[in-house]
Amino acid sequence: MCLAIPGKILDIDRASQPLMGKVSFGGIQKQICLELTPNAAIGEYVIVHVGFAISKMDETEALETLKLIKEIENFGDKLDPPNPEK
Amino acid sequence: MKYIDEYRNGEIAGKYLELISRITTRPWRIMEICGGQTHNIMKSGLEELLPKNITLLHGPGCPVCVTPIEMIDKAIAIAARPEVIFTSFGDMLRVPGSQKDLLTVKASGGDVRIVYSPLDAVRIAVQNPNKNIVFFGVGFETTAPANAMAVWQAKKLGLKNFSILCSHVLVPPAIEALLESSLNSIQGFLAAGHVCTVMGYEEYIPIASRYKCPIVVTGFEPVDILQGIYMAVKQLEENRYEVENQYTRSVKKEGNLAAKKIITDVFEVVDRKWRGIGEIPHSGFKLRKDYIVYDAEKIYHSININVQESPLCIAGRVLQGINKPHECTAYGSLCTPEHPLGAPMVSSEGACAAYYRYRSISFKEQP
Ligand code: SF4
Repeated sequence: MCLAIPGKILDIDRASQPLMGKVSFGGIQKQICLELTPNAAIGEYVIVHVGFAISKMDETEALETLKLIKEIENFGDKLDPPNPEK
Repeated sequence: MKYIDEYRNGEIAGKYLELISRITTRPWRIMEICGGQTHNIMKSGLEELLPKNITLLHGPGCPVCVTPIEMIDKAIAIAARPEVIFTSFGDMLRVPGSQKDLLTVKASGGDVRIVYSPLDAVRIAVQNPNKNIVFFGVGFETTAPANAMAVWQAKKLGLKNFSILCSHVLVPPAIEALLESSLNSIQGFLAAGHVCTVMGYEEYIPIASRYKCPIVVTGFEPVDILQGIYMAVKQLEENRYEVENQYTRSVKKEGNLAAKKIITDVFEVVDRKWRGIGEIPHSGFKLRKDYIVYDAEKIYHSININVQESPLCIAGRVLQGINKPHECTAYGSLCTPEHPLGAPMVSSEGACAAYYRYRSISFKEQP
């Protein structure tokens, strides 16, 4: 029910009320309401739920989440040398 | 797809599983509140891959499942009226009311239409001036701005033939109700990433400290969920009870201000009954006075409802994390997704249906 998926903004219709735009989800395109993410620009990613963009994807944070695992891993290894039996 | 595939990476997921088992020294019980997460946990087999001393409890976070049976019956009665076009998200159509579901109404000639967005319902109202269009406004905070926007738009267009049957529920009061219960065994929460995308997570901070219960705002893909569990376990092991944000690519502390504004313009907080749990104070939205002419419950108030839940169904206990779905005597025999006795078997995000569909599929078999 709260399913929301990332899509890429292809086009924004600045004249529309509420603000609408064309968003691509891995090739499938849909008209999406952008009224709640007024700062999102063409080419950027938004998270879409029931036809509404509810947030603009934060690219830096997205990369951080994936980077974190490496950092914890290295840190963890230092603290706790791997068990030779593993 | 970008921003999805990388968070389904089996290698990263495997590393998180290893990290979790490395830091876990005691048994912990953690509840994911959101049905979307329950679905993905079962689908990816995470529950079976986690260390044995971590128990995941599956929360009431599926709006389809917690919509009271009286509300479903009201929807069914309204949808059966000849002057009405009843519009709804697809997942509400098979939810059993006390006698039948919306799909049955449709099969016997009712004009019931599935919409992707609440704005589609407004469009149908514009195109059908001689019909009354009712939209089934269910959902958590995630869906509230969209539903609010539809009502706001209807008012702006001066529509006289549009209304919503509003059954909105809110997450933080439900978390508090679960923690207050004498049967509570939950020690940490994964909060729902998309609810918090809209509302932010300031409301959770006093709850985490008052109940000494870490709350980690978490996304939906396997890597997100594992990272959320890791963060929650780490807090528990270190005796910390804070609100942390795993889903930083979407969630800001203050939430989405434009979304919160449209919600407060259109809705106000009200006590709501949750199917299987009962009434929870301040746990829902209703339309504000200025929008009361769009309230389907007011327009169709004469509809009489008598209610009977199946006596076998223990959905309430399942939704509170007291029992697991397979502990219900009807599970998989009398109650299946084809013939659901209770709501958590209907929606693919309900814990019972997620168990039925995915239990015993292992993560490694995932494509
Ligand atoms: S398995 Fe069916 S009957 Fe049992 S709790 Fe779940 S929905 Fe209710």
